[in-house]
Amino acid sequence: MKTKLTAGLLTTTLIVLGVAACGGNGGGGQGASAKPKVGLITKTETNPFFVKMKEGAEQAAEANGLELMSAAGKFDGDNASQITAIENMVAAGVKGLLITPSDTKAIVPAIKKARDAGVLVIALDTPTEPQDATDALFATDNFKAGELIGQYAKAAMAGKPAKIATLDLAPGITVGQLRHDGFLKGFGIQSGDPAVVCSQDTRGDQAKGQTAMENCLQKAPGINLVYTINEPAALGAYTALKAKGREKDVLIVSVDGGCTGTKAVQAGQIAATSQQYPLKMAEDGVKAVATFAQSGQKASGYTDTGVTLITDKAVTGVEAKDTAFGLANCWG
Amino acid sequence: MTVTEATLPRRLISTPVAGPLAALLLACLFFGLNTGQFFTGPNFSLIIQQVMVVGTLAIGQTLIILTAGIDLANGAIMAFGGIVMTKLAVDSGLPALLAIAAGLAVCAGFGLVNGLLVTRISLPPFIVTLGMLNVVFALTHIYSAEQTVTNLPAPLTFLGQTFRLGQTNVTYGSLLTILLFLLFAYLLGSTAWGRHVYALGNSPEVARLTGIRTRRLTVGVYTLAGFVYGIAALLLVSRTGVGDPQAGQTDNLDSITAVVLGGTSLFGGRGMVLGTLVGALIVGVFRNGLQLMGVPSIYQTLITGILVILAVAVDQLSRRRNR
Repeated sequence: MKTKLTAGLLTTTLIVLGVAACGGNGGGGQGASAKPKVGLITKTETNPFFVKMKEGAEQAAEANGLELMSAAGKFDGDNASQITAIENMVAAGVKGLLITPSDTKAIVPAIKKARDAGVLVIALDTPTEPQDATDALFATDNFKAGELIGQYAKAAMAGKPAKIATLDLAPGITVGQLRHDGFLKGFGIQSGDPAVVCSQDTRGDQAKGQTAMENCLQKAPGINLVYTINEPAALGAYTALKAKGREKDVLIVSVDGGCTGTKAVQAGQIAATSQQYPLKMAEDGVKAVATFAQSGQKASGYTDTGVTLITDKAVTGVEAKDTAFGLANCWG
Repeated sequence: MTVTEATLPRRLISTPVAGPLAALLLACLFFGLNTGQFFTGPNFSLIIQQVMVVGTLAIGQTLIILTAGIDLANGAIMAFGGIVMTKLAVDSGLPALLAIAAGLAVCAGFGLVNGLLVTRISLPPFIVTLGMLNVVFALTHIYSAEQTVTNLPAPLTFLGQTFRLGQTNVTYGSLLTILLFLLFAYLLGSTAWGRHVYALGNSPEVARLTGIRTRRLTVGVYTLAGFVYGIAALLLVSRTGVGDPQAGQTDNLDSITAVVLGGTSLFGGRGMVLGTLVGALIVGVFRNGLQLMGVPSIYQTLITGILVILAVAVDQLSRRRNR
């Protein structure tokens, strides 16, 4: 009796859920199978950067007559979910895979298997290690993104002695390292320069950015320039500075160009940010898969998807666009 | 004493595994009807590969939950075990088999510590393993210096190799996982030790009065679970081909999900380890099937969540009827 009840309940729900899942997808499984498939695997499903990327992929897939499949890890660094997604998409018969690798080394064996099965694999935003583990890479030049805000900061400080805090990503993650190194080069200093008085990891998180800035201010109250890995970290730093009444005399520079971040540039909370273009990465990626599906020609090498310095307080010698441009091209 | 013995078999039989099994079969039927690629040997082999790590973790989790405990640290312990195995073999140049043995021992050691804290200081398992989750997570990142370990020697990736079964390539790891489930189904269902575990979960006091050495049994269960997490670590390493310090961060909850979906009660004393296998497969089948249909992965999370609540609701209803 009880077993029947159990089975009955589960049965009903499953059927309802199954139908709901199909309905929600507009019946993606049926009918559309004639179109070649392209898979997009992002680090997470929730970060606005990847939401924009997916949007770009959807538009481009529509325009190029492809069917888009998408998946994501549960958290940044979730390698297992990305491997599972690659396997399932290869099983579903995708022509090409676009992936932002969460773990740049650990994903490599799974990518190799997909390529061995004849699938074109393109890394978006983040290169794998080694970079040639994928057929091609469409990404921001993260070193240049850092360099631009470094040059900007150097000019904006106008010879004032700098006391710099760097709010970084996390150890061992290439993107963070490249931006950090680019910033130092743009500012014209070496790693280990005494002008950098505090360096903290934030994992690109606003709350952690705030905590890091609070601690840096405890350590070195005279900080007058803050490099941040991304805009959430920058806004966290701004909150910490504001609590100390220091928000007016400290220069914050950042990377990303998300809409929230660009608005913060407009409001003067962040002085300048290097804007990157996830939508373009996905668009170019889908187009490359469409070309491959039609002609068998594989994309290769690295394609720079561009980066622009956004600020309303332009300085001489550093090319920049204003926040009107930034807001028209921002993501999230 | 006689009361416990009389009710035990009945409780075992009345365990709601039939429901989860029906759910699994229906899900398979649904996906089979909706996508052409689902009902193939290679696809089933893939699904088993994709659930073997969480499935194996869930064996240990089942043991602990049967004693009315819970383990929040299992994914972290597995990640640490994986890093120990790979780093010792690659960076320290230890023979691969020794490195594997060391990884297994470390995982069992963490299980032992958990068990001792639960029994000797009478801390709630939730608290012990919550603390241990953070401790082991940190140790993993400190020891690995956040670096993924690559270029693994062959014995570490052996379980990821395949053999042919008819037209399908099956990994040795999948086979090992199934064998482990069968072994624990036997141990729990047909040995005195298994009966003691159920008795402990039903009522520690009654179990103690019947002469079961409950503390020693509990420590044994946590240590054995730790050892099983070590096997999960080897499976993980062989599946991914790397030692990954970021691994397993949601696997604690994923393993609890598999246990609960498999009809095991979080209150202890009721459930079957084969139900856990079914629970893990339900998650894997939905993930694979929805992906094949082109449904974004967030819907899989949505459906898993609903299924968990449903499974517990069914458990509660059946307990009420039992009274």
